[in-house]
Parts: sequence; C-alpha cells; structure tokens
Amino acid sequence: MLQMSVNSGSDAAPHSAGARTLAQLPEGESGVLDRLELPDDIARRLMELGFLPGHIIVPARSAPGGEPRVYRVDGSEVALRRETASHLILRPSNGKVSDL
Amino acid sequence: MSDCHDCDGCAVAVAPAPLQKGARTHVVAIIGPPNSGKSTLFNRLTGLRQKVANFPGVTVEQRVGKAKMHGATNHHDVVLVDLPGVYSLNPRSEDEQVTRDVLAGTMPGVPKPDALLLILDCTNLGRHLVLAAPILSLKLPTLVILNMADDLKNRGGHVDTTELATELGSPVALISASKGQGIEKVFQFMEGTSAGTTSLAPPRIELPVLQDIPRCRQWARDIGTGAAYRAPAPPIWTRRLDSVFLHPIAGPLIFLIVVAGVFQTIFKGARPLMDGLQAFIQTSGQWIEHALPPSIFRSLLVDGIWSGVGAVIVFLPQILLLFLFIGILEDSGYLARAALIADRTMSKFGLQGKSFIPLISAYACAVPAIMATRTIENKRDRLATILIAPFMTCSARLPVYTLIIAAFIADRPLLGHFFGMQAGALLGLYVLGFVAAIGTARLLKSSILKSERVPFVLEMPPYRWPTVRSLSLRLIDRSKVFLRRAGTVILLVIVVLWVLENLPVKNGQPPAIADSFAGMIGKAVEPAIKPLGFNWKIGIGLVSSIAAREVIVGTLGTIYQKEGTSESVGLRKALQSDLSPGGAIALLVFFAFAMQCMSTIAVVRRETGGWKWPAIQFSYMTLLAYLCALITNEVVRSGVFT
Repeated sequence: MLQMSVNSGSDAAPHSAGARTLAQLPEGESGVLDRLELPDDIARRLMELGFLPGHIIVPARSAPGGEPRVYRVDGSEVALRRETASHLILRPSNGKVSDL
Repeated sequence: MSDCHDCDGCAVAVAPAPLQKGARTHVVAIIGPPNSGKSTLFNRLTGLRQKVANFPGVTVEQRVGKAKMHGATNHHDVVLVDLPGVYSLNPRSEDEQVTRDVLAGTMPGVPKPDALLLILDCTNLGRHLVLAAPILSLKLPTLVILNMADDLKNRGGHVDTTELATELGSPVALISASKGQGIEKVFQFMEGTSAGTTSLAPPRIELPVLQDIPRCRQWARDIGTGAAYRAPAPPIWTRRLDSVFLHPIAGPLIFLIVVAGVFQTIFKGARPLMDGLQAFIQTSGQWIEHALPPSIFRSLLVDGIWSGVGAVIVFLPQILLLFLFIGILEDSGYLARAALIADRTMSKFGLQGKSFIPLISAYACAVPAIMATRTIENKRDRLATILIAPFMTCSARLPVYTLIIAAFIADRPLLGHFFGMQAGALLGLYVLGFVAAIGTARLLKSSILKSERVPFVLEMPPYRWPTVRSLSLRLIDRSKVFLRRAGTVILLVIVVLWVLENLPVKNGQPPAIADSFAGMIGKAVEPAIKPLGFNWKIGIGLVSSIAAREVIVGTLGTIYQKEGTSESVGLRKALQSDLSPGGAIALLVFFAFAMQCMSTIAVVRRETGGWKWPAIQFSYMTLLAYLCALITNEVVRSGVFT
C-alpha cells in the first residue's frame, strides 16, 4: 500500500531488502512504482506529477553527466535528481505487473 | 430558485436578468495546471485589455483582463482573473493558497468568481482531470476546457466531449487556445453565466469524497474511460528534439551556441534600429529647439528631458530583442531543458534547478525574478535566490554596457565573423554577473542559509511553436513597463538633475556644470571614486543611477549636452575623451555588481518582510562593486593586458 514514511533525507539506499529503486532502473527498462519513501510534502508533489503507486515509470534522457534524469510517467515527462529517485521504490519485477 | 448570486454554498448560481449597466460586474476565474495553456487562453480572451498586478498582501502575480461579450442582447464586459497554475488545491505553496482564497471569495479586493474556466491539457487528460475533482466540488458554474485539441487530433487521440460533460455535470469545450479553435464556445459559456442561463447538472460519476491524490487519480481514470478517452501517441517531435537538445555532447554545445547567438543578435541586430531611433530623437530635439524661443523652459525640455529620456529610450529595441528571445525560449519549451542541463552546475553551488528559472528571468529584470522565487518552497533557498538575483545582468544594465563597450572596445572578430570582441565583452559581463551570483550563493548556503537539499522536480513540457500573438503581447507589455519607467522614475531624476545642474544662478546665467549643485555633488564623491578611475561627472551619474541603472546614460547625456559637446560628437566620443580605459572597464565591473535599483530594493523589502535583508544586500553588493572596480582599474592601469 501507499507508504510515505518520513525519511532522514540521507542519500543512503533504502532499507527494503532487495527492492529496486527508480535510480537503479536502467534506461530502456520500465518499472512499477510501489511507494515513495519521502517526506509528505515532497511525496505529494511527486504524486501530483504522476508518481503514484502502481504507475509505470520509464527512464528517458538525462542531462549531461547522467543527472538529473527525465522519467516518463502518467503521460508526462518529469526530471528528478538521483537522490530523489533513490527514494522511489519499485515493485519487484518478478511479481505480477498491474496498472492498479 | 431565488437570486443567490452572492451567497456562499448555494448549488446553482442564477441571476434573474441580463446584467444592466451599473450592475455588479461578472467575474470569471481561469484555473488550470501549469503548462495547460492557461496564459494563452487568457491572452486569447482579453487581448490587450489586461493588466498585471499583485494580489493584496501576497507576492503572487495577478493578471486581470476584460473580455468583450458579443451576445445579441448584451454588449458588456466580463472581468477575467487569471489564477496561478496549480496541480491541486492543497495549500502548500503561496500559489495554491491564493488560488483557494480567490475561489472561496476570501481574498480581499478580489470579488468571488461567478464562474470558472477550468483549462486542462487534453493530451494528458488523465493526470490533468485530477484538478477537476476539487474544482467541481466548489459547485460554481464551470466550463471544463480541453486545450490542445489540435495536438490530440494530430497524434491520434480521442475524447467524447458530450459524454464527458454528462459525467462531470459541467459543460465541456474542446479548443486550441493557440490557434483560436473553439474559442467561441468559451464566449458562449461566459455569456450564459453572465445572463444567468447556465444551470448545473449533477455529475453522473460521483466526485471522490476524500480528495487525496490517488483517489482523485482513480476518479479521473473512471471519467476518462467513460468518455472513451484515448490518449494520443507520444509526441514524436519532442522525443526527436530531446535526443538532440539533451544529447550528452550536442546538448551542452547547443546550449552554449544558443546563449552566444542571443548575445550576438542583441548587440548587432538591434544596432540599425537603435541608430534610427537615436537619429529621430536628435532631429526632433533640434526641431523643438528651433521652434521654441530661447528660455529656461526650452533648456529643460531640450537639454534635460529630450536628451536625457531620449538617451534611455534609444535602448528599447535592444531590451525588446532580449525579451523576444526569452519569450521564444520559454514558450518553445527549451528553457526547461536548459534548466535541466544547468541543474548539476547549480547544485554544486547549493542551489537547485528551480532557482534557475528565476535567475534566468533576472536577465530581463530582477523584480519579476524575485517575485518568481515564490515557487521555491524551501524558505532558505528562496532567500538565497532573492539575494543573488540582482547580480544577474538585467536589461537595465544593457544601456550602460552597450554605451561603454561601443566606446572603448574595438570590434575585432573573435571567433570568425559571427562573434566579435564587443559581443564577447558583453557575454563576459553576463558571465561575470552569473559568477558573482553563484559565488554569493555558495557563500550563503554554506553559512547563514544552510539547509537540507531540496529535491529538484521539473516537468518537461512538449516542444511547441511559440505563437506570434503571445510573443507580441509580451513585447507590448514590456514596452509599456519600460516606457512607464522612462516617463516616471527616469524623467523625475532627469528633471531633478537638470535643476541641480542649473543652480545656483549667477548673474542671471546658469552656472558651468562644474560650478553647479550637481557638479558639487559629483566633486564631493570624487575623492571616493577617483581610485576607481572615475571623475566627478561619472560621480554625478553614479549618484543619480541609484534610482535606476539606466539613468546614468541619461545623466551623462545631459551633462555632455550641456558642456557643449555637439550632437555630432555624441556621448560615445565624449566618454572616450573623459574616461581612461581602466576607468571604463572598472565602470562596467561596478555596474555588474552594484545594486543600483530602487525597484529591486523595494521588492526585496516586500518579499523578505523588512529592511534587514535589502540593507545587507545593498551594502554587500556596493562594497563588492567598489572593491572589484578598484582592482580592475589598478590592473588595467598597470598594463598587464597591454
């Protein structure tokens, strides 16, 4: 379910064992968002832009140097820094993929 | 149903009869997410009949305009209020709070809207419809406008508007605001609501009770399915262009070429227009001089106002050209890519990409830029951006830079014929301002304004052709602002200066400029500015330019005019004989750093809620300007570069 835990804000990889984050998603693959481990207001802002649990996210181009990266989500393209993307946790890719 | 035009919480707004003269004006608010084409629609509906102001008590800009109704029975105006672009009504930022307050009728000075125009991008209806849930819950007569109809059609999307209207319980119009298609439906709606003939139907699909984002998104999905919405194919051209503009190597290269090209065109392209304008002002000045009998009044009019204000107005073409480029970059969608490319650099200085947009607009003018910082939610980041914005090279510096560069820097080709020394010098000054800005940012962010890093979230709009209509409206708006400044602040300073130049009267004759009050002021500051390579005449200019930077051009114009430098010699030549190369370069550096602008000081005071920050900022910038100008003059004088 939707989880918006208040994270310490550090760049450390999330604790969830084995779960992939959006930052780790290679270009050309797609992932399904599971939850946003970010402070409430930032999570809401991202959800307004389409980063909702269950939505498919596809990484696209990035700025020179690889950061920030543009993600295709819910019909639009949104750029995020790696430190933000690393708090967006994807559903395990071996599980069933459903769009809600 | 009774007449309940003004009561809160009534479900149906019905006015008994068409509005008569003197009756309460009909107010319609336009609301929509960012990038939905809200401004384009507003411009389309109001044309030139709009004005920009601020909502009382807050920094959010308010645009109000009038739309003329062409109904058979009622020829009257509807007042349109353009609200800030928001994704939701959760009061998180000032924008959202203002939107909420206006819609609730609790914003002082703004009447509660009688009807709403909700504009959504129909190429991304699912996500944009999320905003419809809280808006339709307000139970105001609302027209749901699906914009970008042409895009939807071209890219193979589809939506059944009749079905959508039934589901939402509100009329729906499919339009293209940029092409003007379907605009008549918007007028019809406003005529209907102002005549009170529009009634609300209950929505077929219930609005979500708990309006959190996942529930609203699910509701939007259900609505879309019901209206047979088929999302359009991805924007192929946007993807193709991004593969070039965001290419690891070509991207930054194009970024630099765009920036250099803009500067070259501003410098070279505006020349003929500026020369023409200059000739016109000079000729008309002479004509007035011949037409009037010699008097103190003629001297004020010709030597003071005409040459002083004229010296500033000459720069209008250049400033318009700059705004034209910023407009094209913004409207085409390239500016968002530029912000993306710049983010990494910005983050090194403790700033974020969101600070980039205000900083870019500070190239035009620091005042709107400082107001634009309201989109930065983190208070410390916002303050840091406010404090560094006046370092960015605003258009008011352009007249000073152009004048001195043209007088002191030979236009030798630097990079072939395309890019010359003068354009290079101008670009260098822009870089200098930028470096001062980010250096100061780093200083602030590592000391008094330290804060946790805030995420960079930036939506990439699809590329679009900028429309002539929207660009020309911007330019007309800018011309008005510039000419108003020339006609008020600058005119006032010029007149005061003229008085100071012509007093004290000796034997019924105005004194030589050196013996006048203005000369005394200049001589009083001369000891302080002599180490920078400036004489007392420049001193008068510096003092007068505290009001606004470009005033110095007018001031010097009147001083040299009065000194009897004939118009054929011109300001450029006069400066060449009066300033050393070291002093000239030092003057450029001084203007790059000093906070010579009353409007900026006033807006910083308003935004930061007191005199503390503008006082710190003014002292810091002036000190920095002084020291750097001093070093510059010493270095150039010692001949390191010759």
